[in-house]
Amino acid sequence: MKYRDEYRAPDAARGYADAIARITTRPWTLMEVCGGQTHAIVRFGIDQLLPEAISLIHGPGCPVCVTPIAYIDKALEIAALPRVILCTFGDMLRVPGTQSDLSAARARGADVRVVYSPLEALTVARQNPRHEVVFFAVGFETTAPANAMAVYQAQREGLGNFSVLVSQVLVPPAIRALLERPGNRVQGFLAAGHVCTITGYEEYEPIAREHGVPIVVTGFEPLDILEGVYRCVRQLEQGESCVENQYSRAVRRPGNAMAQQVMQAVFQVVPRQWRGMGDIPDSGLGLSPAYRSYDAETRFGAVNGEAEMRGDCLSGAVLRGEIRPDQCPAFGSRCTPERPLGVTMVSEEGACAAYYRYRRPTGGSARE
Amino acid sequence: MCLAVPGRVISIEGDDPLTRQGRVDFGGIVKPVNLAYVPDVREQDYVLVHVGFAITIVDPHEAERVFHYLECLETLEQEADELEPGRPVPQ
Amino acid sequence: MSDSCDNHCPPMNDDHEVVKIAHGGGGRAMAQLLDGIFRPAFDNPWLARQHDGAVVDMPGAMAFTTDSYVVRPLFFPGSDIGTMAVHGTVNDLAMCGARPQYLSAGFILEEGLPLATLRRVVDSMAAAALEAGVQIVTGDLKVVERGKADGLYINTAGVGRVVAPQPVAPARVRPGDRILLSGDLGRHGVAVMTAREKLDLESAIESDCASVAPPVLALLEAGVDVHCLRDLTRGGLASALVEVSESAGVAAEIREADIPVREDVSAFCELLGLDPLHVANEGRFIAVVAEPDVARAVDVLRRYPVSEAAVEIGHFVQGAAGLVTASSMIGASRVIDRLSGEQLPRIC
Repeated sequence: MKYRDEYRAPDAARGYADAIARITTRPWTLMEVCGGQTHAIVRFGIDQLLPEAISLIHGPGCPVCVTPIAYIDKALEIAALPRVILCTFGDMLRVPGTQSDLSAARARGADVRVVYSPLEALTVARQNPRHEVVFFAVGFETTAPANAMAVYQAQREGLGNFSVLVSQVLVPPAIRALLERPGNRVQGFLAAGHVCTITGYEEYEPIAREHGVPIVVTGFEPLDILEGVYRCVRQLEQGESCVENQYSRAVRRPGNAMAQQVMQAVFQVVPRQWRGMGDIPDSGLGLSPAYRSYDAETRFGAVNGEAEMRGDCLSGAVLRGEIRPDQCPAFGSRCTPERPLGVTMVSEEGACAAYYRYRRPTGGSARE
Repeated sequence: MCLAVPGRVISIEGDDPLTRQGRVDFGGIVKPVNLAYVPDVREQDYVLVHVGFAITIVDPHEAERVFHYLECLETLEQEADELEPGRPVPQ
Repeated sequence: MSDSCDNHCPPMNDDHEVVKIAHGGGGRAMAQLLDGIFRPAFDNPWLARQHDGAVVDMPGAMAFTTDSYVVRPLFFPGSDIGTMAVHGTVNDLAMCGARPQYLSAGFILEEGLPLATLRRVVDSMAAAALEAGVQIVTGDLKVVERGKADGLYINTAGVGRVVAPQPVAPARVRPGDRILLSGDLGRHGVAVMTAREKLDLESAIESDCASVAPPVLALLEAGVDVHCLRDLTRGGLASALVEVSESAGVAAEIREADIPVREDVSAFCELLGLDPLHVANEGRFIAVVAEPDVARAVDVLRRYPVSEAAVEIGHFVQGAAGLVTASSMIGASRVIDRLSGEQLPRIC
């Protein structure tokens, strides 16, 4: 597959790994923010190619993982109503709410449909005029333009039976929040490449400056991640802290103007609660006043309740990068994908799920 | 997060910029994709597709850069070795 | 259907007819269905005797297997439930080192299933049986009310004479044994998904459903000491490797770069966030042989279309039972596990 397979070339991967080893003189701790990058690192064993001195920490880059449990409960409440069809991305289907999850609800007869694109939810609404169709709009900035377009088109058509349950979050405020936490160990970031195709990377420049951390906009294939690590480590070794763009084949500094336009029309910045991180001001998107009537919270009641699950799940610490999944006492024993304690084990992009899938507690191939 | 897959635009339909659609070929699988966010796209361009939307056009020149950069690094390393053979590798 | 119907019923007019509860009742309606659709398709001396069971000769060790087929939709690119029902059981017999010979076929039909659909499935089974060199010698038919059985469920059981001189089973797997994969992965699962999930895409991917008995029997006839065989069905290559390793009490190491996956199958999996190692196949298997036999075994396998892309992908090692690791394309290693639950298409 073009523009994918080339970035998995073994010789080039080794070349970057060697280059990183040559320039590393001290231990450095980097965080990659995006779940897709976590997945690639664990799947391809990229961390195994790096010198011991480099620690890669996985950040809260999984919008499924950071969605407060109260939103799952609200989705379940909505799905249980008569003449309602709940449309969702596949990722949300098995995320546990307080009592249950959407997959179980569907098995019990709720009309829950998995869609690949938000536009499919619109189609469901058009085809079922006597049903209320609610789309569970989760995602980072990468998904926001698609979700926005669905609402935009719904309003243009006057589609009255369509609404969205919005749980959109923004990456830069989360990075700031992590850097401001006492005890933060992260010295450099690999920023999420696809998020930046939409937003560009101007807003990362003040963060790099104010906190003195290099931020490298990075792609998702092994060579992208290795180059991103190289650039980050090189800056750290040289005492620099700027924003670099490794993913230049997809990302431009101003981002995607058209996508930003539609997002700004449909959404507005709002405070959001993040699982594992608590309240972060100005860290999410909600519907703007012009589109408020398409808000599922307007039609079905506001979401209120817990962000976190009770119990001994340490997904919050994992999301903040304080522990690795295999450092959690429940990992692989009381907590497995079949019987997950929390969302980072359920979500395919969750760090715990990635570790479980590609690194086993019983020895496997983990370096440590 | 944000699984976005590269594919080649093989045809473009529609006049309404918001609903403009393309057929995109992903290694033999062809899917319709919304092109609203890539208004400058042309046939044969490669785009990255996320949840049914093209979010950016892949720049073929920049796509090579990953390899050129590595070559530069390897050249620099060679030159450094030639200047100072046996220089200990920092670790 | 007229009341006075003798043994030579005129061909049934399927066009608007559907399965009715009476068709399962054991009476005239059922007889007409059997005579009109099943017997002409499966025509053989055992069925012609119309007895409760078939009596067959089976000297020596006999392999015996059963499987049920509940795939939805019934028809999908490259194959259908009927073909699967024959090849699936034939392949299981081959995996025991046996020559597949006789099958039974039990049908559970949903009231309202169009007869034309039933005929299509049955004719498919007949063609698959002919191709595989097996006879369907006995069977059963039940009808359940509308709303149950998804149209049609099939169970097949099969017997075959064991021709492998030594047992073919995980117990014979030893550290150092090599793993041969018969061909590229994922076509069947993807074909079914494209037909089922209304994914709005154009794809040329067809199921790989086929009998693997010819290359397996050829391996045995060539005198290759096959330690173990496993066909790859639900759960894909990953499940097969984990199961064999676990049963054998060994670990396994494979090379991901050597596992063949067609570009379009790979692209489909990428689009939906699936792992080809977990996608179902219906015409693929792994064969475990000692290292000195690899070249000869691969040579034999490659002579057959169904295994023309056969390749060695790794080996078993001393280690934790069931631990399968793969060296990735870039050289580092990861653990291959069984699929957990259902593979959900991912976006994120």
